[in-house]
Amino acid sequence: MAEQEWMSEVRAKVGREYGRVYAWDEVNAPMIRQWCEVMRVDNPLYLDADYAATTEFGGIVAPPAMLQAWCLEGLHMNNYAPGSTDENPYEVLKTMEAHGFPSVVAVNSDLHFDRYVKLGEKLYYTTRLDAVGEEKTTALGTGYFVTLIMSFFSQKPAGDAGDDERVGQLLFRVFKFRPANVPKPVEKSAAPAVPKFKRPKPGVSDDTRFFWEGVDAGKLMIQRCTCCSTLRHPPAPVCIKCHSFDWDTVEASGKGSLYSFVVMHYPEVPPFEHPNPIGLIELDEGVRLVAGLVGVKRDEIRIGQRVQVEFQSFDDGELTLPMFRPVAA
Amino acid sequence: MTSKNSKRFDDVRPGEALPELAIPITTTLIASAAIATRDYFPGHHDMEAAQQLGSPHVFMNILTTSGLTQRFIEGWAGPAARFKDLKIKLGAPNYPGDTMTFSGEVVRTDAATREVDVALKGKNSMGSHVTGMATLVLP
Repeated sequence: MAEQEWMSEVRAKVGREYGRVYAWDEVNAPMIRQWCEVMRVDNPLYLDADYAATTEFGGIVAPPAMLQAWCLEGLHMNNYAPGSTDENPYEVLKTMEAHGFPSVVAVNSDLHFDRYVKLGEKLYYTTRLDAVGEEKTTALGTGYFVTLIMSFFSQKPAGDAGDDERVGQLLFRVFKFRPANVPKPVEKSAAPAVPKFKRPKPGVSDDTRFFWEGVDAGKLMIQRCTCCSTLRHPPAPVCIKCHSFDWDTVEASGKGSLYSFVVMHYPEVPPFEHPNPIGLIELDEGVRLVAGLVGVKRDEIRIGQRVQVEFQSFDDGELTLPMFRPVAA
Repeated sequence: MTSKNSKRFDDVRPGEALPELAIPITTTLIASAAIATRDYFPGHHDMEAAQQLGSPHVFMNILTTSGLTQRFIEGWAGPAARFKDLKIKLGAPNYPGDTMTFSGEVVRTDAATREVDVALKGKNSMGSHVTGMATLVLP
């Protein structure tokens, strides 16, 4: 699909450099101490002048993750320190906003440190619009990944010759998008902010009810054709062998061996633990079923491993599932 | 807690797991850390403003995530470690009432530069808040 015309205006700006944004304050001990207090960082390199004096820096340095904080505008939006540029490194996001991509989410923050910064240094950064990706659709919506690279420098004291030294760099990537679901203001409620994720519940039908009722009672029930005695799983209305509609159930021993397996690594979906090993278990009675594996190390799972069912309760007793655990052969 | 004892390069092997670090996420942590990183965006300290944006509550800012990630890594590595890179990818938001648990593993060591790469993850009840990689130089 041809790209919309307004995007050429955006693409023309890729590679553009934006001017300096200065720090309000030089690198200083009180701001470092407060940052460490809140983060509960107790590294003496940032807090203990006597210790820091023994290091290659000869004195206290700032925690590296503070790098951006020195140059932020503070309480008042766009109120940058004197001497800062009037250019807006985020202008392409504004263009996208005007064309129906209102939402933004930060995706990557890649900090690189050329060196640590010491008390008294005065920092500034410049920004380069590094890349604007092709239109992409993610779970959040449709839009563009925009990458900015900010280079942080330490200003040479007046009178010192040479260029200012770069001390670090930040690659900052955002996704600017048209949301798939328009965010609505959240109603005030007493509900906790953190949603509780539950396991999906099985769909229970007349064919499968016996299985789930069995599981609730701590029994692994298998469907059996009453005409030819063939066992079948997953449950179905008709015998695969003799086509009879007549069936009853038998309780399986719960013993079997691992016929195959997968280990889910990605995407990580709550409330499951990851890596999440899932087995295809061949029961000694002869049918196979899919179930979660417990008590296994992902590097030690092997085909043919003997396993035994156990019933685990989830979500405060709302759901019981058969899980399989390795046992000695 | 960062002691004055540091990991030495020769003591570290790929596959070494870092001690897990569980951080309770509170309104106080989110708001105070946003301010300590000079980020006054209302979504990080004003619940009503956050709700107008479609969030159930205030949410942690990126600079705090970077700070807590640094804490997790250097809590293991000690004060003689020097960060070269701290690269993070952001996922599920951190809201008050949750707990973020960091885990990590050494994935590369380079004897020539004494660099160590640590793959890290900070999980909350909704999934991964942060995944990433830290590169350190160890004594």
